[in-house]
Amino acid sequence: MTNQINWEFPQALEDEAIYILRETVAQFEKPVLLFSGGKDSITLVRLAQKAFYPGKIPFSLLHVDTGHNFPETIEFRDWLVNTLGLDIIVRNVQDSINQGKVQEETGKYASRNALQTVTLLDAIEEGKFDACIGGARRDEEKARAKERIFSVRDEFGQWNAKMQRPELFDILNGKINIGENVRVFPISNWTELDVWNYIRREKLEIPSIYFSHEREIIERDGLYWPYSPYLNTTADEVPYRQKVRFRTVGDMTCTAAVVSEADKLEDIIAEIMEAKISERGARIDDKRSEAAMEKRKQAGYF
Amino acid sequence: MEVLRIATSGSVDDGKSTLIGRLLYDTNSIPQDKMEALHAASKRKGLDFTDLSLLTDGLVAEREQGITIDVAHIYFSTPTRKYIIADTPGHIEYTRNMVTGASNAQVSLILIDARRGIVEQTHRHFFIANLLRIPYLVVCVNKMDLVEYSEARFNQIMEDFQQMLDNAGFKGQEVKFIPISSLYGENVATRTGAINWYEGATLLEYLEQVSFDHEDRLHPARFPIQSVIRPRTTEYHDFRGFAGKVASGHFNVGDEVVSLPSGQKSRIKTIEQFEKQLTVAHARESVIITLEDEIDSSRGNMLVKATEVPVQLKEVSAHICWMDQQKLTAGKTYLLQHGINRVKAKVQQINYVTDVTSHLQTADKADMGLNDIGKISLKTAAPIFADSYHTNPANGAFILIDEFNNTTVAVGFIE
Repeated sequence: MTNQINWEFPQALEDEAIYILRETVAQFEKPVLLFSGGKDSITLVRLAQKAFYPGKIPFSLLHVDTGHNFPETIEFRDWLVNTLGLDIIVRNVQDSINQGKVQEETGKYASRNALQTVTLLDAIEEGKFDACIGGARRDEEKARAKERIFSVRDEFGQWNAKMQRPELFDILNGKINIGENVRVFPISNWTELDVWNYIRREKLEIPSIYFSHEREIIERDGLYWPYSPYLNTTADEVPYRQKVRFRTVGDMTCTAAVVSEADKLEDIIAEIMEAKISERGARIDDKRSEAAMEKRKQAGYF
Repeated sequence: MEVLRIATSGSVDDGKSTLIGRLLYDTNSIPQDKMEALHAASKRKGLDFTDLSLLTDGLVAEREQGITIDVAHIYFSTPTRKYIIADTPGHIEYTRNMVTGASNAQVSLILIDARRGIVEQTHRHFFIANLLRIPYLVVCVNKMDLVEYSEARFNQIMEDFQQMLDNAGFKGQEVKFIPISSLYGENVATRTGAINWYEGATLLEYLEQVSFDHEDRLHPARFPIQSVIRPRTTEYHDFRGFAGKVASGHFNVGDEVVSLPSGQKSRIKTIEQFEKQLTVAHARESVIITLEDEIDSSRGNMLVKATEVPVQLKEVSAHICWMDQQKLTAGKTYLLQHGINRVKAKVQQINYVTDVTSHLQTADKADMGLNDIGKISLKTAAPIFADSYHTNPANGAFILIDEFNNTTVAVGFIE
């Protein structure tokens, strides 16, 4: 059965997200927007722009750079920040490694994805941020499906899944104790399709790696991994060129590609509707165990 | 595209998760890799069928115990609508999570096991749907395959339920009964032909046609001010806009409005949504309103139409659901958050606590414990601009916040 494509973005979702962003700014002293350069955080930037217009976006972006990002993402980030005149703070995982706070993983599955939590928590503490706005969505993953819109984290950034605050109607309680902070998820109720339809409606620019392009890849565990100097490969993993695109933007070491010819937004949306693989199905970081996301959230991941 | 929010409740045994899985499956919403992961996980657990509940129970503790602890949000869409299901726990100790999940729902989906009929959990679920005044109630009599698709059994359950409705339903509530088998997909999204005596809509057909009257658009106009936007740039030097989401009713450019609590009057000059100028703002739309005159209004204040000014309340009588381990005691002070407006409030009296199964009220209670539902009287330090929850739900609810640990301890519905 083929799904019929609904190109219409549900407007209620934008109204809800703008309301949440305005509550965040009103209820917290120093919010910050966690920016990854992916489509969800790009959507957040657009929503923030709309929420406070004609005023400026009243918070900075924070990018935790693992050093293993796609160069296209970094290029896009700098372009967006310049074009919109945004403030951005960049913190590097490499610094946390140099300080001896985290240790680089070894072996062919080595990734800096888990390491970035430490850099993030340090940046939150240093910047005294009491609210971190993130682009996580409940449809992405089943632990995320359980999380509140204002999600309280303790001093160590930990999420206590069993003791979440009740969240009623659209009443948001952002009161916290000293040392705690809140992760705010304005697009909790959006699906992947909603985000794409929004990008289409708002005519937003996105990094080029979302569109079909030719690049060097290797095959591993049935997934197409982008070949890069950061990826530890074995002798039999020989890179070859293939037309691919990425459905999510993470690190080059934890984001797999999909073979695709889609080079327009409409084609991407059509492909998603047809797709047999879920969005995070190409996220190698989620594949470590069934509870991978819940464990990372407990440790302070966003 | 419209968004329809549905709340379901129950434990794993009701077949609730199977029903949700069935809805997702029949609307083509489960990607193949997720299906494969489900097969594999079910096998690991030694099951000989694909356990669709593994799709919704997202926490390790839930998968271990086979129960739902907290609300999960599940999404699917049809060409007509986007659906959000709040899948909530049915166990009594998680009532607060059930209320949390149901608070945004337009449809309450109650599952009844055809073999067991109405059980305690059905009463609790029904009670909460009523407390929240959810306009649509769908009663799915599930596992019809296990009662040989008996029409008599279905009618019996309908009759029993009708008695509950006669005792406690409310005017305007629409109730629909559907005999289903979520295991075989009968009357969920399609008909398998197993039940030929039922000619009504399948569950999905019913959900697809639930009408959006947007009742809250007909209610009095309420605009809680979230913040004041003052860019102070050269281009927008004198711009002073009130940002907020219309809680209920609608506002037109030119309307005479009153700012509460000051009572100052002005007219709406513009209604803006980013670069767009609107002529009207409806309930639930996030906009910026500018006024003709410079009046003193800030966060927590409310704009209302001059013809529909609410009473300013300092004495509040409300039904509440208590949600904290620490008991509520009379005489204690909390922060009351009505919409976005916070005031101190003191509990004057606990009028009674209601048993959600028998609806019996016990007066003279000294305290209320976790998951208790009852009526209390509060006194606020400053007036709030609320309507009764019955007449205008969007402006009639509040939460109580513990002043010392900052957690949300109750939800209240103003009488």
